[in-house]
Amino acid sequence: MTAGILLSGQTRGDWVELSAAGSWTAEYASAIEPQVETATRGITARAIAININRIEYLDTYGAWLIERTMRQWATEGREARLVGLREDFRGLFEKVHAGTQTLSAPPPRPNSIVATLVSVGMTMSAVAADLYLFVQMLGSLIAAFGRVILHPTSFRFTSTVHQLERVGWRAVPIILLITVLIGAILAQQGIFHFRKFGADIYVIDMVGVLVLREVGVLIVCIMVAGRSGSSYTAELGAMRMREEVDALRTMGFDPVEVLILPRIIALVIAVPTLTFLGSMAALYGGGLVAWLYGGIAPEVFLTRLREAVTINTFEVGLIKAPFMALVIGVVACVEGLQVQGSAESLGEQTTNSVVKSIFLVIVLDGIFAMFFASIGM
Amino acid sequence: MAVDRKAPIIEVHDLVVDLKGHRILNGVTLDVYRGEILGFVGASGAGKSVLTRTIVGLLPKQKGRIDVFGVDLDHAGEVQRQEIERRWGILFQQGALFSSLTVGENVEFPIREYLDVSDKLMTEIAITKLEMVGLKPDVYRKYPSELSGGMIKRVALARALALDPEILFLDEPTSGLDPISAGDFDQLILTLQRTSAMAVFMVTHDLDSLHTICDRIAVLGEGKILEAGTMDTMLKSQHPWLKAYFHGARARVLHAVAKN
Repeated sequence: MTAGILLSGQTRGDWVELSAAGSWTAEYASAIEPQVETATRGITARAIAININRIEYLDTYGAWLIERTMRQWATEGREARLVGLREDFRGLFEKVHAGTQTLSAPPPRPNSIVATLVSVGMTMSAVAADLYLFVQMLGSLIAAFGRVILHPTSFRFTSTVHQLERVGWRAVPIILLITVLIGAILAQQGIFHFRKFGADIYVIDMVGVLVLREVGVLIVCIMVAGRSGSSYTAELGAMRMREEVDALRTMGFDPVEVLILPRIIALVIAVPTLTFLGSMAALYGGGLVAWLYGGIAPEVFLTRLREAVTINTFEVGLIKAPFMALVIGVVACVEGLQVQGSAESLGEQTTNSVVKSIFLVIVLDGIFAMFFASIGM
Repeated sequence: MAVDRKAPIIEVHDLVVDLKGHRILNGVTLDVYRGEILGFVGASGAGKSVLTRTIVGLLPKQKGRIDVFGVDLDHAGEVQRQEIERRWGILFQQGALFSSLTVGENVEFPIREYLDVSDKLMTEIAITKLEMVGLKPDVYRKYPSELSGGMIKRVALARALALDPEILFLDEPTSGLDPISAGDFDQLILTLQRTSAMAVFMVTHDLDSLHTICDRIAVLGEGKILEAGTMDTMLKSQHPWLKAYFHGARARVLHAVAKN
């Protein structure tokens, strides 16, 4: 293709005739556009003709640039005419000419103060809506659970076991690895600082209480929220995008009973189990570091641990686990069902799910701490 | 455009493609000429989409040679390859619109990436394209999730046409459309093809499309091109699958009438 593109003016009586030549195609559109502007700017004549006889190649871009010039001329109340239209370009010009280009103006932008206030208001109402959805989901879960108790045959046992394998069994290695490391780090830090006061031995009290009451369950919950909560949200979201949830509903199934109840029951079983395993692993990691780094023999560690922690300490950690599992599961499922059509929305809801469930787990932990303190556990 | 109608724009020579250990295409040879609409048929699972995806470079090939615009794709450098990709447009079966962008942004996407035109011209071209495919300009600000299936196909077509391609690949463009919309869509492709003289490579199952708009038909089966030619060639062919495909339903109806 030859690049030459020009619009040169020639006055013929009342008329100005512009002549276009060369390739009027997408490739050269960026060069042609300013040329058209310059060529038409100074023209004072009442009528204009564009001779396109010498155009070799033409596509939508070129045709539109010519059409646009003619339209502009027409809106100024002047006369515009197309000359030398080749037969093989006629269809293209007709198509382009038929376009109306009537795009409604974009919605006006509110000023920045209003916009800030609006976004604060929207966030607050979103928080309220979240709370409402959370409670609603909890309600439908309880209702579904009630139905399952009344009709045990409708319980999705296979699905529950499958989910249990995914969120429980397959999470064991990573949970053990992380909690061993956490226990080890706690013990190492404890020994390092307590040694200054000659109180190395108290590291066992610290690790024991901390791991069993707080750290074990929190680490497990954060891991589960990131690992299983996010996958719940993504799965349910994808199912919603592909109308699978709607399909279930039209077949007379309750999505909460079919999809969500098995997932949450699996989580409620898995999290306490993982918490138990995780706590044991953390104690093991702590004991190992105490022995290798702090020189506290395993027998001493065990004896001291038995004195430092009571069954209460252990119970406090474990009681919290199923409640936290419920929060993670409900948040994940609520977020999943809110996914809209786009891929971006799926990503956004998954992020929300993880962030909100970790936040709520920590808030819940705080509430439990106050509760246990007031009942003296 | 002054084009030599006999010049092949895509040349596929002796193409072999394996997928997960299965030989899907075993020696496919096919030419697509400038300015023609080639209908591409074959049983489900015969490898029609595989051939399309291999030509556009989404699947690796085991053997063979693909020339597009006279350039061997194996030996095309990065720049040359991009230049070729700019000159073809692809309409995927499900539309494959970017769900996080508006309709307008979807159509503008290839323009923004490949051409250095002003924002004003870009918007105008996008709207022109949308109107060309029979949509109202007000879809410009909508998101793909707000559109119906037929509209998604049209927007996807507008995006495929955004750079005024010389080759248009269509993967079952009329599947999932009602017969009237499908007929409209066929006419739309025909008009657009006639106005811009592009080559259209259309994978389809729609006998109506084959009859009304295709200049030539190629049939894929047993990993090879069974037959390529005009509708008449297809109707005269003695190959059992072709006979079943092009005479099937009608033949059965005729038998039923004869029996009664």
